[in-house]
Amino acid sequence: MNAIKKLGMLVLLMVAPAMAIASGAGVHLDTAPVNLKDQASLQRGAKLFTSRCLACHSANYMRYNRLTDIGMSEEQIKKELELPEDVKIGSTMQAAMDSNSAKLAYGVAPPDLSVIARSRSPDWLYTYMRSFYVDTNRTSGWNNTAFPSVGMPFVLADLQGEQALEVEQHEGHDIKKLILKTPGSMQPAEYDATVGDLTNYLVFMSEPSKLVRQQIGWVVLAFLSVLFVLVYALKKEIWKDIH
Amino acid sequence: MMNLLTKLLGWIDERFPLTSTWKAHASEYYAPKNFNFWYFFGGLALLVLVIQIVSGIFLTMNYKPDALFAFASVEYIMRDVQLGWILRNIHSTGASMFFIVIYLHMFRGLMYGSYRKPRELLWIIGMIIYLALMGEAFMGYLLPWGQMSFWGAQVIVNLFSSVPFVGHDLAILIRGDFVVSDITLNRFFALHVVAIPLILVLIIVAHLVALHEVGSNNPDGIEIKKNKGPDGHPLDGIPFFPYMVVKDAVAAVAFLIVFVSVVFFAPDMGGYFLEYNNFVPANPMKTPEHIAPVWYFTPYYAILRAVPPLFGSQFPGVVAMGVATVIFFALPWLDRGPVKSIRYRGPIYKGFLAAFVVSFIGLGYLGLMPATELYTWISRVLAVVYFAFFFLMPWYTKIDKCKPEPDRVTSK
Repeated sequence: MNAIKKLGMLVLLMVAPAMAIASGAGVHLDTAPVNLKDQASLQRGAKLFTSRCLACHSANYMRYNRLTDIGMSEEQIKKELELPEDVKIGSTMQAAMDSNSAKLAYGVAPPDLSVIARSRSPDWLYTYMRSFYVDTNRTSGWNNTAFPSVGMPFVLADLQGEQALEVEQHEGHDIKKLILKTPGSMQPAEYDATVGDLTNYLVFMSEPSKLVRQQIGWVVLAFLSVLFVLVYALKKEIWKDIH
Repeated sequence: MMNLLTKLLGWIDERFPLTSTWKAHASEYYAPKNFNFWYFFGGLALLVLVIQIVSGIFLTMNYKPDALFAFASVEYIMRDVQLGWILRNIHSTGASMFFIVIYLHMFRGLMYGSYRKPRELLWIIGMIIYLALMGEAFMGYLLPWGQMSFWGAQVIVNLFSSVPFVGHDLAILIRGDFVVSDITLNRFFALHVVAIPLILVLIIVAHLVALHEVGSNNPDGIEIKKNKGPDGHPLDGIPFFPYMVVKDAVAAVAFLIVFVSVVFFAPDMGGYFLEYNNFVPANPMKTPEHIAPVWYFTPYYAILRAVPPLFGSQFPGVVAMGVATVIFFALPWLDRGPVKSIRYRGPIYKGFLAAFVVSFIGLGYLGLMPATELYTWISRVLAVVYFAFFFLMPWYTKIDKCKPEPDRVTSK
């Protein structure tokens, strides 16, 4: 037991300093409501993703039929996501716009989103999609507090509405505030929930096996715990004549 | 049936030294009975090696060493290969665990003076294993072909170009190109999958042969072979089989519990086992804001950055980093203490060892951080502490007030 405590402390010693430094981007991030067990939310997110994001972004490593993992049947996937006739259920998610024309239009090629939730944190994605504001200095007409000078125009503006940036001076610090100027078709809380669903889906898509991974993990841990007891008893038995 | 087996064994023994090898290295190989917690890590390192080789073989069946397909093939393994995500998580976790285990194994050597006579060669072979492991890890890290893979390799290979006169050509020789490219990926794959593992296995066998020649040290730092019973076996020794085997088995299962906890519940370990930026495909046109090597290289990386450039050349830092890595080779000759184990050392050695541990962990932390002015200065102080541990060793181990060693091993 003593030894295990020592090991735990050592691992902690080695890892703790590393844990202390978070992303450190300096932007306040809101906590994303991620719940991979909420299949209704994941399905809503998948629909929003395929109808909006896939216009320009691809998800090259994600197959449509993997959505069966979040409780959709193949029929549902074809019908509810409005798959074109020529797209097979087992194919990966391709962008509607080809990447060269997107690059011409926005200055950068829209990144593939398959693993975006693993390179950017879910909280960042959730904050980003709620932080667009009107900026007439940008060619797209949009800017973002989480991603300054972003190339992407705000494609969810019809849902959220148009925000404006207001900077207040407070004890010598600039405090940036986003104010909703023109409402969209959704109430703010409704929009946040929708973006939450989308974020949830992006997290699922970045590692579709995550839930199974944790389920198998418990089984493996249970097996090893039993094995530990047996091996420990064997060691005690064999060592009883050593003093 | 038994008779038949005995006959078969006799038949083999006449042609191959099976029984005698088993006796010499297991059933009649005597290990000190006072091994403590710190003596688990050698066996655990062997376990991680096996885990890495087996998981690596299956990954190789599905991975594509091609700059156009490498990143995608890793995602293919994570998504489309049956249980491929387990293989990938095991292999990436195993890389970090390998270094945790090896660092603890080396620290054990420092504490109990395991590098001292007659174990100098054992220690040197161990250090060669450590260097080979660093090469193995560095080359393996390029294979997922993410941003950190690419830029980490770019930064490290560029270090070689700071070598005077031959540096430029040396860097091209390593890369096979003027920048890290598909050619680099291919050769690193060959070295990671075939060349270095072969070398590793060979020198690990040599490490074990050397160990069994001189026998293990122990927490008291005294030789158990000095006290032999009438049967010619050390009085404080017990046969490796079955005693040490079952003891190591307990440690192995405990270790596996930690290992699988990472594999199944936190494979990226908050961005330190799998860096977040490595989920962005390598892009030679876009340098990331902050490039940090994986945690196990960061103490040396911090030393590299702590040394100011000379005439605009990074070479002094590269030398300091190189010396920091290979200085361990000299330990058997730097240590002049009359005793081996920390149990009987005086306060000065204990103080220096503690300072060394703080500097190593501190440098590891700073190597992960952006090089601000304050952090660079702290790195400089810690780098001085790091080198003082080695360069002052001949002096402080000699003047330290040591306690007398016992004649026989003690338990606790």
